[in-house]
Amino acid sequence: MSAQRTIRAIIVDDEELARQILCEYLAAHADIEVVAGCANGFEAVKSITEQKPDLVFLDIQMPKLDGFEVLELVGPGTEVVFVTAYDNYAIRAFEVHAVDYLLKPVSAERFEAALERARERLSGKLPHQPLPAAELAAAARPPSQHVERIPVRDGTRVFIIPVAKLDYAEAQDDYVALVSEGKKHLKQQTISSLEAGLDPSRFMRIHRSYIVNLERVARLEPYGKDSHIAVLTNAAQLPVSKSGYARLRAFLDR
Amino acid sequence: MHPILTHHRRLALYLLAWLPLAALLRYLMAAVGGMSAADSFVLAFPLCLIYAFICLSAYYSCRATPLDRSTISRIVGTHATGALVASGIWIILAKFLAYSLSRTSTFSDIDSNFGPQIALLLDTGVLFYLLSISLYYVLMAVEASREAEARALQASVLAREAELKALKAQVNPHFLFNSLNSISALTSSNPAKAREMCILLGDFLRRTLGLGEKSAIPLEEELSLVHSFLAVEKVRFGARIQMEENIDKEAMGFPIPPLLLQPLVENAVVHGIAHLVEGGWIRLDVNASDGLLSLVVENLFDPDAPPRRKGGVGLANVRQRLAARYGNRAGFEAKADGERFRVAISIPEEKEGRSS
Repeated sequence: MSAQRTIRAIIVDDEELARQILCEYLAAHADIEVVAGCANGFEAVKSITEQKPDLVFLDIQMPKLDGFEVLELVGPGTEVVFVTAYDNYAIRAFEVHAVDYLLKPVSAERFEAALERARERLSGKLPHQPLPAAELAAAARPPSQHVERIPVRDGTRVFIIPVAKLDYAEAQDDYVALVSEGKKHLKQQTISSLEAGLDPSRFMRIHRSYIVNLERVARLEPYGKDSHIAVLTNAAQLPVSKSGYARLRAFLDR
Repeated sequence: MHPILTHHRRLALYLLAWLPLAALLRYLMAAVGGMSAADSFVLAFPLCLIYAFICLSAYYSCRATPLDRSTISRIVGTHATGALVASGIWIILAKFLAYSLSRTSTFSDIDSNFGPQIALLLDTGVLFYLLSISLYYVLMAVEASREAEARALQASVLAREAELKALKAQVNPHFLFNSLNSISALTSSNPAKAREMCILLGDFLRRTLGLGEKSAIPLEEELSLVHSFLAVEKVRFGARIQMEENIDKEAMGFPIPPLLLQPLVENAVVHGIAHLVEGGWIRLDVNASDGLLSLVVENLFDPDAPPRRKGGVGLANVRQRLAARYGNRAGFEAKADGERFRVAISIPEEKEGRSS
């Protein structure tokens, strides 16, 4: 082994024995330092944003946040290896997006192979592929299931917005502003990927930059010569595009 | 098998139905053929008895030409021929009977008056034969629909049984793979514990597979399955699972469908305890009174847990099985109340003798 910089790793799994075996496999590698073990999603987000590890082993089913939600919140800067016991949809999503994953019980060979690839990406021999977190989460969702809640992060703190409490979302460059109960939360996500996860019978893209909760729409008003705005129950006014107007009109006239 | 000949009751009814036909024939012989009342009486009734048996043969030609699978010309041809042959035989026998009767002093005129009866016998013979044909076609249709009904019923019973069997035999793969991962972790850190968990897991799987085949087991047996499930889960979750049991000793022998309680406890672990960082309690209350068993599984859960990736299969399975087996005699209620999730089941005691 040539002189390598130390790789800092975090292991996320709610079961102690599951963390323990990954630690044991990692102990054989002198260049890897396990800086934290996390037992739930909140802890994981906190540790990852604070410690900025190079590599994260991430379980999918955990208390507080699942693995996909953690990935969405910590952003694409970290090498992630998912670990799961059994989840057909997730595994298909990993295959499609070429994400490294390990199946429980974790075999030493598979573990070494995943570690080797992570190492090569970290040393620049393989290109680092930022994971498309939202797309991955969408692909891993069982068909016909929609997003029920949206986790957002403020520093190391995590907020959960149930979609029923989301008034509207507005695109702002690489972010979406989620407006809920009078507060605005910024999240690094494209508005299209947010739209893709929401139930289309409850949310509508009324403009290039806006998704509205249909329950919140009070009325449509003309604005200028031939455009419209939607007025929400909380008096917020959102621009409505031409095609958005046609769809919203059709919905309101039902 | 002949539908009439093989059943005494049906044969009696069939012959009874010929009585009015015989009366009709007697009337026609007298009114149209000009026979005396006594002559027509003594001739018509035996002839109808004979013809009743001749017409039994119509069944076989009906069988040979089923309505739905034969051409019209074939149906008409077969039965026209049959009617003519049957009436022909009948007329010959009638002539023979008339000739024999004319030897007696009472009915000496009967044979000489027979001539005009031939056309009449031919007409009624063909008519009666065709009546029998329609009778057999109706009987065959009734039979066929009854068979189809029985087949459909049997198919649905088989399908339901197969489904229930599949549902009963299911072991949650998530549970299995996570347990194997725990064992794998323990092999280096605590080999004795790893061995113990192999044995616990083996014990649980053996019980599950064995019980799936039974129709009913005493509650006690199901409880020990629950305990062997929890023993495995406690290795994984450690102190996060706190089990509290409050069990009516009287209920231990109460017969219940196997794998009824274990899925509920598994549900409490997977959707409840597994999402609680600090763990939580599961409470099991069992009571039996007046031939009714009440099972209550209650647990803490996190209302803000990540959305279930696969939801509610265990509960749906139990609800479905109860409905299939007890109909509305069983109760099932599942509801979340704040941070508590509660499933309550009540099932009636079944009489002995219902076995798989």
